[in-house]
Amino acid sequence: MSSAAAKKQRPKYLSLPAILFQIRLPLPGWVSILHRVSGALLVFPFAAWALYLLDVSLRSEQGFSRIREYMGMPLAKLGLLVFLWAGCHHFCAGIRYLALDLNKGIALRPARISSAVVIVASLALTALFAARLW
Amino acid sequence: MVNRVIVGAHYGTRDWLAQRVTAAVMAVYVVVVLALAASRAPFTYESWKALFTHGGMRVATLLFALSLAWHAWVGVRDILMDYVKHDGLRLALQVLTVLLLAGYASWTIQILWR
Repeated sequence: MSSAAAKKQRPKYLSLPAILFQIRLPLPGWVSILHRVSGALLVFPFAAWALYLLDVSLRSEQGFSRIREYMGMPLAKLGLLVFLWAGCHHFCAGIRYLALDLNKGIALRPARISSAVVIVASLALTALFAARLW
Repeated sequence: MVNRVIVGAHYGTRDWLAQRVTAAVMAVYVVVVLALAASRAPFTYESWKALFTHGGMRVATLLFALSLAWHAWVGVRDILMDYVKHDGLRLALQVLTVLLLAGYASWTIQILWR
C-alpha cells in the first residue's frame, strides 16, 4: 500500500519557464494563468496599496486631498490601471470558475467562448472604470 | 475494481469550498460598495468618511477583509506549492504570506475602528 503511494510520484511540478515559453496555451489556459498572476498582484502589492490609500484618505480632510493629489500623478494612474485590470480579470475569471464548478459551460466550445468573453470583458471593464476616473 | 490509495491530510475539500464561499462574499461586497460609492456623488471627504463609518459598512468591510485573507491564503499556498520546489524556501514564503495576510486584516480593523 505504501509502495503504491510512493509510485504516484507526487507532487507534480510545472516550471514557470515551461509555462511561459514551451507550452502553447489555449485561451482557457490564458484565463487560468492570468487569474493566478492577477491574484498574486492583488495580494501584493495592490492590497497593501489599497489599505494605505484607504487609511490616509479616511484619516483627515488633509489626508483625503493629499490622496486625490497623489492619485493624479502619472505613475499612480498607471498603477491604478494595472490594479483595475487585475481586479476586473480576477473577478470575471472567478465568476467563470464558479459557473464551471456548477458544471455550466464545461464543453470545449462554450469553455473557449467564455474564456474569450472573460478576457474581453475584463479589458472593457478596466477601460470603463479608467474613463470614469479620469 | 477501483483500488484507491488514500493519501494526504484531507483539507482539500474544505479549502476548495472556503475559497469559493469567500469569493462569493467578496464579489457581492465589491458590487454593492461600487454602487453605493457611485450613488453618493459628489465625492468629498465627508461622504467618503460617512460611507466607512456606517455600522453596517464596518461589519461588511471586515467580513470582506477576513474573506480576502482566507481566500488569498488558499490561492497563494496553491501557487507556492506549484512553483517553489525547495521545501525550506516554500515554508518561509508560506509563513511570510500568513503574516502579510494577518497584517492586512489587523490594518483593516485599525482603519475601520479609529
